[in-house]
This record gives sequence, C-alpha cells and structure tokens, in this order.
Amino acid sequence: MSDALRSGGQGNPRDRILERIRAATGKDAKSATQDLEAVQSRLREHPRGPRPPFNWPELVAQFRAQASALQSTVEVVENLADVPAAIAHYLEDLQLDRRAVSWPEFRGLDWRAAGLQVEQRTVRDGDLVGITGAYAGIAETGTLMLLSGPQTPAAMSLLPDTHIAILRTSRIVEGMEEAWNLLRNEHGKPPRAVNFVSGPSRSGDIEMQIVLGVHGPYRVHIVLVTQDAGTPRELINTDWWRQPART
Amino acid sequence: MARMSGVRADAVAKVPNFEEIRTAGAAIRDRVLSNLDAYLFQFEQAAQARGVIVHWAETGTDVNRIVRDIAQQNGVKKIIKSKSMLGEESSLNHYLQEAGLDVRETDLGEYILQISGETPSHIIAPAIHKSKEDVGELFERVHQMPRKHTIPEMCREARMMLRPHFLSADMGISGANFLIAETGSVVIVTNEGNGRMTTTMPRIHVAITGIEKVIPTLEDLSVLLRLLTRSATGQATSNYISMLTGVRGPNDSDGPEQMHVVIVDNHRTELLASDMREALRCIRCGACMNHCPVYEVIGGHTYGWVYPGPIGSVLTPSYVGLEKAGELPNASTLCGACAVVCPVKIPLPDLMRKLREKSFERKLRPASERLSMRLWGYVAARPKLYALATKLGARMLQWMGGEDKLIHKLPGGLKEWTNGRDMPAPSGKTFRELYAEKKAVGK
Repeated sequence: MSDALRSGGQGNPRDRILERIRAATGKDAKSATQDLEAVQSRLREHPRGPRPPFNWPELVAQFRAQASALQSTVEVVENLADVPAAIAHYLEDLQLDRRAVSWPEFRGLDWRAAGLQVEQRTVRDGDLVGITGAYAGIAETGTLMLLSGPQTPAAMSLLPDTHIAILRTSRIVEGMEEAWNLLRNEHGKPPRAVNFVSGPSRSGDIEMQIVLGVHGPYRVHIVLVTQDAGTPRELINTDWWRQPART
Repeated sequence: MARMSGVRADAVAKVPNFEEIRTAGAAIRDRVLSNLDAYLFQFEQAAQARGVIVHWAETGTDVNRIVRDIAQQNGVKKIIKSKSMLGEESSLNHYLQEAGLDVRETDLGEYILQISGETPSHIIAPAIHKSKEDVGELFERVHQMPRKHTIPEMCREARMMLRPHFLSADMGISGANFLIAETGSVVIVTNEGNGRMTTTMPRIHVAITGIEKVIPTLEDLSVLLRLLTRSATGQATSNYISMLTGVRGPNDSDGPEQMHVVIVDNHRTELLASDMREALRCIRCGACMNHCPVYEVIGGHTYGWVYPGPIGSVLTPSYVGLEKAGELPNASTLCGACAVVCPVKIPLPDLMRKLREKSFERKLRPASERLSMRLWGYVAARPKLYALATKLGARMLQWMGGEDKLIHKLPGGLKEWTNGRDMPAPSGKTFRELYAEKKAVGK
C-alpha cells in the first residue's frame, strides 16, 4: 500500500499516471491513504445495487421463457440418465450429426444406448456438437453461467456449431448477484474464465439484420434436469463466508 | 437509427425502475472517478496476483510500442483482434502491420472495414454505413468466392474465412468493457463470440483499456451491464459476457498462457482534471449517437475521429485538442436527446456548451462569428432595443419575401443559406407582438 501511495514517483509511466490522477482529483498523501482504505472496505462489502423487480411466480419457468426469447431451445427431463435420449431426439429432429464431444463429467451416461457417439476429450475444429454442463442458470435473462477449468474447458461451448448444455434446475438462481454469491461461496475466487452465454452467437453488423451463428455456435440447446440433490439455499443467499477473514 | 432507438425504448420500458438503476450507474462511475488511483491500484494488485502482467501507457504511441514489444518478445506472427476503440485511438492495426505483424479484425463489422480499408462510423455497429450489396461485392472481390446475396450467407462466409485465423493466431488483442478492482478481471461483452475466441484460443491475450474503465465489484458490474446492453442494442443481456481473470491453470486445456492488460491514459487524466470529468463515466453504449438527429443526418465519419455522435463531440476536442476539433461541439442542436438516454447520465449538451464557451474564449471561432455574437449579446441584454430590432427585422424579411413569401437570396454572409433553397419569409410580426395580441384578445 505504501509503495503505491508514495508521492513524487516520477520514474515510470505507472507512477506518473497515478500522480496525475491524484493531482486531478485533489489528493495528497494523507487523503490518498484514507481513500484507499475506504475503497478496500467497499470491495470487501460489495453492496448490491438496485435491479429490476424480480416478481416471477416460478424461477424455472422464468428461466425457460427468457432463454427461449434469446433463441436458446429448452427441454426438461427428470433424471440425468434421461439426458442421452433427449439429446438424441433433438439432434435427430434437426438432422444434425450424432457424434459429439462432452465434458468428462458425462462420461458415465449411456450415450451408446441412445445411438450417440460421445467422446470425452478436448474439442477440435470440425467437432459439430459440444455437450457441456453449466455452473448456474440465471432466471432474469435465461443465461447460462459457465466456469472454465480442467474438467470444464471453455472452448467446448464455443467452437462447435451446436452447443448443448445440461443444467440442473436447482442451480437456477434469480439474478447475476445470486450467481456471484454462489461463486464466492463455492470457489472464493473466479476461475480463469466466467462465460455468461445467452443464446446462439449473433450479429447485426450488416444492415442491422440479426443473423445467428457468426463466430460461436449457431444453436444453443439447454436440457434442464429436475431431480438431483440440489444446492443448499444458504450458499446462494447468505453471507456466512464473509465471516472468516481472508488475507 | 430509428430502429436502434425503438429497441432501446422497448427494453427500457420493461424495467419500471430503470431510472433508479441509471442513477446508481452514474454514482458507481463517479465513485470510481473520484478515487481512480485507489481503484486502479486495487485492480493491479488483484490482477497481478492471478499472473496478469499489467502495463501502463501514457500515450497512444506507448500503447502501440508495448503491444509490439509483447508480440516480438514472444515470436508472434499472427494476431487476431476483437473490437477495441482504444486501438482505433492509437491506430494500432496500422502500427503492428508496419512492424511486419499479421493483424486480423474479427468483429464482423470491423472485419468488413479492415478488408475494405475503412474506419468505423459507429462504436457498436461500425459498418452501419455499408449496404449488403456493398458487402457482397467486397466479399466476392476479397475472398475470391462466388457472389453471396443474402446476409446469412455472407455471415457464414466470414465465419469460414476467419475460423482458421482464430485457431492459428499466436496472440489475441481485445479491449475491455470493464476492469473489476475486486477480482482483477477483464470483462468483455460481445454478441458474435469473437471476443471469446480472441481471449480463449491464442497463447497470449492482450487487453488494452483506458484508465477510466475500472469499476469496483461484481455487484457494480451487474448494475452497469443491465444499463449497457439495453442502451446499446435493446437487449436485456448480450449473448456473451466473459469475465477473464488471469492465465490458464496447469491442467487447463484452453486459455492463454500469458495475459497482459495495458492501462492507458492518452489524455484521460486531463479530462479528469477538467470541468468535463463526467464524460469519463461513458460506458460506450452508443445510445447518444443512436438518438442524435445530427448523427442521423451526417453519419459517423463526418466526426473525423474515433468517437462519433455527441460523446465524440465531447471526447474528440478533449483528446486531440479544441484547435483541431473545435467544430464538433457545434455539431449539435442541443436538443438534449443524448442526455435523456445516456445510461450514466452524462450531461452531454452541457459539456458541449462548455466546449463552445472555451473555443469562444480562446478566440478559436472566426472573428465575424465572435463579432456577431457580441452584437447579439449586446442587443439581447437590452429588452427595448431587442424588441425594436426584431420588429424591424421581421418587417424587413416579410418585405423581402414579396408576393410568394419566399426569400430567394439573402444578403452578404448569409447568401450560402439560399444558394440551394429558398427561405420562407416570416409573417412580419415578432413572437412578442403576436403574444401581446393574443393576450389582449383573451381579455
């Protein structure tokens, strides 16, 4: 802290820029130190701002409606074991390739019985269907939240023409703020990439006509799974994790 | 632009407390600007803790040099780029190409402009001035492929042409919509997915961004995103919002091995120190230009530099100098639409008025204009004289209009007005006279 606030740092661009900022905002060494403490305390508290009224009767229905409005397609199954058959129907209806790559967590599913060939490996250019899970769903906007990681590579939801996401309904939260709380509670810090995905890739860059599938997937299909252990609500709603001091 | 303003209005109407969120958005930006040193320091600490290399650039030239050095030190040959207005400020592409690097724009609009050798005319829809026939013809010539006639076919062709570059590039350059002080993250908002490609596939990611882009927390991000996407394109959210924090882990199969963030001043501290600081609240949504009657008529290129529309009329004179861009604050009717739609409540007409005052005080306006303003000011400050002068003027213009009530030729310096059109002659009475008459009748 003291390093950053040392005045008269003329030596390098960083110090000169920070010095100009302090001059522009009327700060001296003392007020700069006090202000930094106030800023740090605000970052620890991270208070919520106002947001639109969330008065939906049912989270999952809201998620479905919003996701559909953004051109994702959504279907619901009871158990994870039902997912391969659901995906097989989806691919068949659209006459898409029956080969896919998936995140390793879905290795145990009986894809073969559904007539699909699903490999658990890194995605390559030319793979047409990518199957991923999702960390959470956001009801406000029908958005998928994906975290990158060794078991959850980011490219699998990006390179293939078709992205299929498997999302447990217990992971659907109201808004982004609840998702941030989940992330802080379960991981502490964000992973390399947090990707919020709301429907297929699109562009309006030519004559403002919306076209789907520009660089990312042409289509996003979400399979909601209703039966599973569920996420304890305290992870979403409470601030218990703030108590243990982190350094 | 009518379509753009329509979709924004629809999106805003669905949020009953949009005004409350707007006020909160402006407050977040102001809080950052008044403690900018502390927020940047916190961002730097958090980013470095995640393995990010943070660079500081005082000028556009410094940005270009820093990015070139990163490329050369890492043996980079091919670079893919998602949209960065800061890159436009410093003409980064041109500089890197001069240094022998292969740079590809990947935002569809920016790509179209790059292969046609043009610059953006809008910050959100950069190629809005081109028709689909223009693009079809351009693609046929540059891609050497059969002519495409529909927009989906053109998008598919651009996807096919760009995909190999995404996969073979050594470095990705992006801008940043926001930097988050709490986590040290760079946030990129796109619809096409090119931002995700640029920051996921190459082994090096360089984000270049202005000092003002930092915001405090993830909660503040949520507030500003709700404002940004609705104001920009009328969407409740953009397709892709990517929050990037540091480099790939040892077991990750994708993501960059190096992440650099270049934090750029380039005249922003001057703006911060001035009475125009509010302009730095800008989150680059483009709503002010979408709602500007002057932008609608003259188009983005007329503004002469990176940022068009009302925000450009404020930023450009501040960044390149009032001497060079003094006309821009006058490229406005001060109708106020931009201030009404700005998601962070930048008082754009007030700022343009301040710039007009400055250019008057610094004698940057022509002598004839300054003289006539003085004269007008003298008369306007004396009600009786003003009444007499306008009365005479109205009578004279009526007389000049003659039988057909049209003035075909105005005298002296005003003749340009009537070169290509006639001026309808007034009724011969001033507003004050008419008002007095109406009032008398009312009694």
